[in-house]
Amino acid sequence: MTIDLTQLQPGETGIVKEIQGGHGLVSKLQSMGLRPGKKVTKVSSHFWHGPQTLEIDNMQIAVGFGMAKRIFIEVKR
Amino acid sequence: MKISKILLMGNPNVGKSAVFSRLTGAQVMISNYPGTTVEFTQGKLKLGEEDVLIVDVPGTYTLEATCKAEDVACRMVQEGGLIINIVDATNLERNLHLTLQLLEKDIPVVVALNMWDDTKHRGIYIDVKKLEEQLGVPVVPVCGLSGEGIKELVRRLPEAEVKHSVVSSDNQKWERIGRIIEGVQKLTHRHHTLLEILEDLSIKPLTGLPIALGILYCAFWVIRFIGESLIGYLFVPLFDKLWLPVMMKLSVFLGEGTFLHHILIGNLINGSIDFGQSFGFLTTGIFMPIAMILPYIFSFYLILGFLEDLGYLPRLAVLVDNLMHRLGLHGYAIIPFILGLGCNVPGALAIRVLEERREKFIAATLMAISIPCMAQIAMIVGLVGQRGVKYLAIVFGTLFFLLIIKGLILNRILKGASPEILIEIPPYRMPQITAVFKKLWMRLSGFLKEALPFVLLGVFFVNVLHALKVIDFFAYIFAPILTKLWGLPQEAIGALMVGFLRKDVAVGMLGPLNLTTKQLVIGSTILAVYFPCIATYAVLIRELGVKDMVKVTAIMIIVALSVGALLNFFLP
Repeated sequence: MTIDLTQLQPGETGIVKEIQGGHGLVSKLQSMGLRPGKKVTKVSSHFWHGPQTLEIDNMQIAVGFGMAKRIFIEVKR
Repeated sequence: MKISKILLMGNPNVGKSAVFSRLTGAQVMISNYPGTTVEFTQGKLKLGEEDVLIVDVPGTYTLEATCKAEDVACRMVQEGGLIINIVDATNLERNLHLTLQLLEKDIPVVVALNMWDDTKHRGIYIDVKKLEEQLGVPVVPVCGLSGEGIKELVRRLPEAEVKHSVVSSDNQKWERIGRIIEGVQKLTHRHHTLLEILEDLSIKPLTGLPIALGILYCAFWVIRFIGESLIGYLFVPLFDKLWLPVMMKLSVFLGEGTFLHHILIGNLINGSIDFGQSFGFLTTGIFMPIAMILPYIFSFYLILGFLEDLGYLPRLAVLVDNLMHRLGLHGYAIIPFILGLGCNVPGALAIRVLEERREKFIAATLMAISIPCMAQIAMIVGLVGQRGVKYLAIVFGTLFFLLIIKGLILNRILKGASPEILIEIPPYRMPQITAVFKKLWMRLSGFLKEALPFVLLGVFFVNVLHALKVIDFFAYIFAPILTKLWGLPQEAIGALMVGFLRKDVAVGMLGPLNLTTKQLVIGSTILAVYFPCIATYAVLIRELGVKDMVKVTAIMIIVALSVGALLNFFLP
């Protein structure tokens, strides 16, 4: 099933399916390693709609809650 | 081939600075790129007989220039030279994107596979030979921290080649990277190290927040401990044993009461020179920046440099992101604030990392009013601390309270919302001692070069104004505000005037006024909030523009007037 990044549970892994956003955001996320087809694992999500930290390959990035809402992930549940 | 200039380029957090510090000698300079506020570091590399200029280009993900730092990076590439592309070997895939972009440019490239030692315990195997074939330029595994492979890198610089790759689209590049990775990289099981466990703990909210508080608390105590020990056991004894006798002789020679004695030595306190209170050019003017402030600057930047190189600051930014959003900022704004605690000038410069005007405005207002610099903190701790820790808590508590209140209000009344955070969280890496000290040295010499002349000028200025009775004149004009509203004696006007020049000197000037504890607390707080020093102000004008700065100034005046009055009313 497809969920957005904020719905991914800490420790859970999924595959990036789609990123909705302008060219600027999409290409910035891509260059940081987040693009369709990549495996992502949620590391943590912060209180009150705070940033979401993810692990892709060997690195971690933090994205804001609103941004995370527009990143869609395919997971097996 | 003759190499005219070397550019170190790579993504942020790939250990560029460590490689840079391995390649260069002691002579390192921080400069601003002409016409911008983007800083970069440059040094010299000895290559055979010649010294070659080597530039640590700001970290960039693409050559598309999506922000100011990236724009500078792009312009530097166009100026030519030779590129050492620093690639994080533990993160090959993402890093190669920039590499492929560089290979399309008209400039020779060598690839340095940094963090090579990290690949082993992370279970990453890279076939360097094959990667070299695929890219068509030399690829050298190095480890910036230990210096391994650096010699080999330098040896192979002449083999750098201009590839003139065909320009391809982003997607084509990612496809090509996919094929390269498949051919050269194998991943096996990785062992978690202690540092990696700490990484996870410090980014999860439940454990991360207590860890952050613990780290900040420890940092604060270590800074104080080192600073105070240096002052108490090194600088004060040195001044008392070596400098005092010389000054006393000079005092006798000049004769108390003469104009020159007044300017150079200042007033004698109980027949002797008191470095803290005499206020002469050669007594307090020299003593204050070197013996009282330098030790704190030293310990602050030592700890900050350590935390920076460890990779802690981005985690702190993520943890405080939520709180900062309430104040109209995003997590990364914690960086200018922390830098501002060292000196407001680099703090003000760092405001440029914030992208929107609204955010810059809020950050500038909050910092200029509520973040005292280390020099000022040192003076306040020295002066107010004598009266009791409780009073220190009142001064700094008021400043913190102001920070929160102003942020909440500005966030509410200014249109728009703060943009969202998007940052990379680098793995923890044990800082390289020489790199930490190199950076510390640059910052200290920067402080001495900029602050020392200003402090001396400030002390000189005050003494001349005193002699010319200008201070008395202003004291008379502003007496109602000072005495009625704030409960301060008229003479405090001198400190307020000098505060435009140097805040630390200004706080020091409250010392000889024999203030009550309440007056001292009010005076120190007002000095912190009413106006940043002139150097910070100049930078802020450049960063924000005149129009916004007029608004910031208005806020400062309102805050200073009301905070002084409130403290005067409520403090017993």
